[in-house]
Formats: sequence, structure tokens, C-alpha cells
Amino acid sequence: MHKLLTDRPGEKMFLLGNEAIARGAIEAGVAFASTYPGTPSSEISANFFQISRESDLYFEYSTNEKVALEVAAAAANAGVRTMCIMKHVGVNVAADALMTLAYVGVRGGLVILTADDPYMFSSQNEQDNRYYGKLSGLPILEPSTGEEAREMMAYAFEISEKLQEPVLLRTTTRLNHSTSQVTLGPIRQPVTMGDFAKDPFNYVTVPAVSRNLHVKLLKNIEKAQSLAEKSPYNRIDGNGSWGIVCNGVSYNYVKDAVRDLGITEKVRIFRAGFSHPLPADRVKSFLSGCEKVLIVEEGEPFMEEAVKAMAQEAGFINLIAGKRPDLFSRLFEFDPAMVRRVMASFFSVDCPESRVSDLSDLPILPQRPPNLCAGCSHRAVFYAVNKATEGIANIRPTDIGCYTLGFLPPLSNGDFLICMGSSVGTGCGFSRTTDKKIISFIGDSTFFHSGIPGLINAVFNNHNITLVILDNHTTAMTGHQPHPGVDMAALSIEGFNRVSIESVVKGIGVDHVAVIRPYNVKKSIAAIKEAIDFKGVSVVIAQQSCTLFDKSLKRLTGKPFRVGDRCKNHRNCINELGCPAFYVEDDRVHINEALCTGCGVCAQVCPEHAIVPVKN
Amino acid sequence: MNITRLIIVAVGGQGNLLASKVLGEAACRQDIPVRMSEIHGMAQRGGVVESAMIFGDAHSTIISDGEADVLLGFEPLEALRALNKCNADTIVITSTSPLPPFTAAIGKGVYPDMAAIEAYIRPRVKSLITLDANALAVEAGNVLSVNMVLLGSLIGAGVLPLSDAAVREAIKDTTKAAFAEINLKAFDLGRAAVKG
Repeated sequence: MHKLLTDRPGEKMFLLGNEAIARGAIEAGVAFASTYPGTPSSEISANFFQISRESDLYFEYSTNEKVALEVAAAAANAGVRTMCIMKHVGVNVAADALMTLAYVGVRGGLVILTADDPYMFSSQNEQDNRYYGKLSGLPILEPSTGEEAREMMAYAFEISEKLQEPVLLRTTTRLNHSTSQVTLGPIRQPVTMGDFAKDPFNYVTVPAVSRNLHVKLLKNIEKAQSLAEKSPYNRIDGNGSWGIVCNGVSYNYVKDAVRDLGITEKVRIFRAGFSHPLPADRVKSFLSGCEKVLIVEEGEPFMEEAVKAMAQEAGFINLIAGKRPDLFSRLFEFDPAMVRRVMASFFSVDCPESRVSDLSDLPILPQRPPNLCAGCSHRAVFYAVNKATEGIANIRPTDIGCYTLGFLPPLSNGDFLICMGSSVGTGCGFSRTTDKKIISFIGDSTFFHSGIPGLINAVFNNHNITLVILDNHTTAMTGHQPHPGVDMAALSIEGFNRVSIESVVKGIGVDHVAVIRPYNVKKSIAAIKEAIDFKGVSVVIAQQSCTLFDKSLKRLTGKPFRVGDRCKNHRNCINELGCPAFYVEDDRVHINEALCTGCGVCAQVCPEHAIVPVKN
Repeated sequence: MNITRLIIVAVGGQGNLLASKVLGEAACRQDIPVRMSEIHGMAQRGGVVESAMIFGDAHSTIISDGEADVLLGFEPLEALRALNKCNADTIVITSTSPLPPFTAAIGKGVYPDMAAIEAYIRPRVKSLITLDANALAVEAGNVLSVNMVLLGSLIGAGVLPLSDAAVREAIKDTTKAAFAEINLKAFDLGRAAVKG
């Protein structure tokens, strides 16, 4: 049985934040969940996927976050407790659905998890999704620990059902990826089927209906505020006169700093766990006992703006500060020492000196950037594109996935990237405004996620662009989740259909379509050249399963290669491919046989044909 | 209760996260509060994997620069790179088996030699303990048991509030049964190496 289904209330488990969230949802009787994978939220979904195979939970990997939210919106409006999981930028994709779903509301509870990523450990930006609460008018809950996240899930569903609105549960990477002890609660039996009572004058959002629904939403925000006033997750610690308002993981840093600075008696801490709408009455009464107030929140001054507005209404004129050049920054994530230092300076108390030793005499250490894996077929495609475009001025928009790493030398494939699917749309724009050949790269999962509308656009508007679809038969970057192009039966998972990328591309009306096997270097270069020469939209589909995934499934069949005597040290292998299986010793190139997967690409690149299979 | 802050640095694939999980489970067995956080963005693609573990009554799950009580390096260059986490009272334990990053492996960067790495670390910390974890893992019967050797070194050095028995139990429960014997042997070899 899956460990998160353990039905022994009171038992303690050492759980990752994301596991604690999944467990909390199970305890709350979640019956339906949808997602598009995205770090730092991925483990919630990975656990749901496994759990769905051995319980009544319905779970799906949807094609993108907007679809996931639409699927979830319907499930919740059929009265079923539903969760929809995404990373912060996924909410941008789902935002169109979110904004009007807030008008329509839900019948069964719907919790939308947004996993924000301060410092951008694995994201293209560090937007603060609390503003989505304000933009949509929906409540936001923010846990500080894994244990609290578990507990808060049931509360989130209750609030959602009380207000008949979705609730946003906002986390940050440090909560999702921290592990701590969690005490299991009882599991509520899920209700897996509901019904939908037709009521078009409340569900079909034509203007006349929406005008009424907006009135209802504003009333709901007021109701949410009164729930926030009573919420056990908005709490005040201490009764000193130095005010601190904080949320999420910042609360942990504040608590440690209060202890380290010995100011427990002096402070009064407002921890906002129900952070939108903030409970105005409680905030105002909190302020009334404060000499000055420091707002400790990562990201944007979300609470700071709200608290300052409430202070104005309350006639509170003492200092309230948070984001300020000498206090907190909007950039990156906080850490305990930084919060302690700012608190000490704001409240004028002594702070222990930083104990970091002087490291100025250290040499520059060789970096260890992530690299495409040994044997990764993306490397072969990028090499082939480099060869096929020699002498041709070009721009190469890229997209989001492992292959983004191809922008690094020596492959240097990747010139522009803003979001999922942008390789195609931006390729269209560059093709009209420059005289360069456009070669865009997109992965298979990303193609299904948001590449298809761009490709249709390219065909309709007759842009001159070559799209290379890097089809490695999985969503590799986030941990090998399935997507619509995956052969699920081959993974022994029944009940799925498969969508052919080639059929989709042809169905869109792309006139030049080539399918290549990237490990065959010569044929790949020729096919890419032909596609580039084609005037109009051409597509190259590079099919080769992910090496890392194959390795984990124990289905790698290649035998390693070695560098033989014919090597004349041209080093094309290292300089043009950069496979991590290579190393140099005594000025000669060698292949680490333990890393080599036997793709044979370097053997085709070597001008002396010196790279040969290892004899058994 | 005293707080002990441990940073573990490794290269993707070295089994650092499993080692951290074993320590966490051991702490739970002894009713020692423990929190940990990990950064493993693209670990499987050759990047650095860092975990922070905080034993005792703290609330934070991360460790600021200069605040680690113990630094465990699965790889010497990564131990050196993490020196910003240390202070004059930090105890550093590191494996001496290098895993040169790709740039250095192909001669486009210089991997400092072990003597130089030790010379940079030693004067800045309370003590530096080194062991050839790879060799001990091979001796235990599986090169992949480096993580268990290094767990052994932590317990041997007596730098964590964890008992030998609790960690051994956690190894048995957390790692694959087929490898339990080798893992425990690796743990013992690491512990003995550090006890001298």
C-alpha cells in the first residue's frame, strides 16, 4: 500500500513537504486531482498518480495547466472534492480559467495549489502568486511547515465549500522541498461521484450573467474576510510592542531570530496563514499595540501594502516597513541570518556578527553546471543542427525542458526563451522581422502543452520557420511524467490512448514533415538541411527515448565505446559534442565506460573513426 | 535542546538524499526534532545536490552562510565550494575521492589537488577529517555505498546527536533489503576510519 494511504491516525512520518500536502488532501477526502507537472510542485502529483492506481482517487496529468483547471472546475462543480496542482508560472497558463471560475464558483471544494519558487531554483521567473488572490478575489492560505500544510488541506476544502469558491493554497520551494515530521490524521472517505444541476443563468458567463456573478464575488470576498478574522491560521504570538507581520517560511526564520536575539518579551508576531483577504479588524487591533512594525515576507510587498492601507483606516501613524533598501529585498529567498540581521537593525538590538570566514584567497573553482546526460539524444540533434546550418545565418528560439541546457557551449543551441511554447510563437515573429532562418526547438510534452497553437499560427500566416520537435517520449525534466504522446501500454499502464505528434503536425497542414532518429547523424543532418531549405513551415520530429528514463527502467541496450589507437587528438568529440562521458588524461581523450550508453554519436563525429565499441 | 546544523554536499547520483533521509529517520527514532531541506534542481544531470539538516529546537529548514556546525562533503571540490557555510568552529568531514566536473575533466578548468583543498579548508575550521570513501565502499562490496561510508564517518566522529544503534536501524529500514548487509558494512568501515 502507498505510504500516504496509511490509516493509522497519530502515527508519525518523516515526510517531504509535498508528501505532507498530498497526505493532507487524502485526509480531507480529495476524490479528484489534475495537474501539469512543474517543479517545485511535482512530487504532489507523482504521489497522487501512484495513489490513484490503488485507490478511488481519480488523477490525471492534463495537457497544460489551463486544461487541468478546467477539468478540475467541472469536477468540483459536480460536487466532488478536487485539487488542481501547478507551479507558479502554471497559474499564468490557467489564469483565463481562474478569473472567471472565481465568478462561477464551485459546489464541491476546490483547492488550487500554486508552488512559487523564490530564487528561481528551477523556474524562469520568481513572480509572487499571492497577487492572483487579489486579482481573482479568491482566498489564499499559506502554511509555514509540512505539518501545517497537511492540517491546512482539510481547512482549505472547508473554506472552499463554505464560500463556494476555489481556494488558493500557496507554497514556496522551501516548504515543498523541506522534510519534517508529520503526524497522520484520520482519512475522510472520498465521495467520488456527484451530479451537475443545470442552472445556465448562474453558470453560462454571458455578460448579463457575469454582472450578477461579479456582485456575488464581491460579497464572497467580504465573507472570506470574516472567515479570515476567525481563522486559527491567522495567529498572534506574544504581546510586546515591536510588531512583526510574517507568512509562510518567513515565520520560521522570525521565530529562530526572536530566540537568537533574546527579544521574546519585546515582540508581537502576526503570522498570516490566511493571507488574502487579510483580516482587517485583527490587523488593526494588532497594530494598535505596536511602537513600530516590520513586515517579513519573501517576494513582493503584498501584505505590506495591505497592512499600510489598514493602518491608514485605523489612524495608526507609527512606522510600518518591509521592502526597503536597508531592510528586505523583493529579490530571491530569505534565510535565517538575513532575517535576524534585519530584525536586529530595525529594532536596534545587538546582532551576532557573521561568522563566514574570509574566502577571498580561494582560487576560481571549476563550476559544475548541469549538463545533458551522456547519450542524451538532444545532444545529437543539436550537433546535427549545428552542422546543417553551417554558413546560414539563423536564430534559434528554444523552449522549456532538459533541452534548454543545449544553449550552453559547445552546443550553443538556444537564443530566446520566455515561457512554455514560446519557441514557436517567437519564431514566427523573428521570421518576419529579420532576414535570418528561424529554427525553433520544442520538447514533446511542451509541444502538447502549448506548442500546437503556435504551429497553427505559423501555418496560417505562412511564416518561414523550421520547428524541431525533440520527442523523447516523456516529460523528462520534471521526473518522467507521461504526456499524450507516451505509449502508456509499453509502461504496463492500461486505460490510455496515444496521440501521434506526426499526425497532429500533418493534420495542422505542415507541408514538409521529416521524422529522424537522431543517433543516425548523417541522415539527421541531411533531413534538417532539407527542412531548412524548405520555404514556409517545416517540422523535424526527432524520436529517441530519454536515456535517463531508459536507464531507470533498465531498458538501455547500448554497449559502451572506447577511444582506439587511431585517435589523432582532433577532439571534435569533446569540442563539438561535450558528452560528459569524455575525460582527458595524459593529454588523450578517454571514455568513461560506466557513463557511456553506447549511443554511438561520437563514433560518427570522429574524423579518424577512432571511437569503437568496447570488445567484451 | 542544543541545535546542530549539518550541511551535506554531493554530486548528483552519489546518494546524498538517501543518506539525509536515513539521518532524519534515525533522529525521529530518538525523538530528536529534525528538519531538512534539499536543493536538487537538476541533480540527475550532473549538478550539485545540497541538503541541510537541523537537529534540535529550531524552526528554519535552511542554514545560512557561516552557520553550519558540521559540513559533510561527498566530494572534495564540493566540500571546498561549501566553505562559505562554515565558521571557525565547524567540523568538516570529506571524502577524498574526486569527481571532476566535466569542464575540468576535459581540461578546460583546473581541479585543485587534494593537498591544496585541505590547505584551504583546514585553517578556516575547527577540524578537517578526510577519508577515502570510495575505497571503503569498494571494500564493503559496492561502490554505490559511498553514502553509507560517509554516514558512518559522521557517527564515528561523534558530531551528531544520533546514536549508532538508531542510525543502523534506520539504514535497515530505509535502504533496500538486498543491500542492507553491504550498507551496514560500509557504515562500519566509515565509522572505524574516522575513529582512527
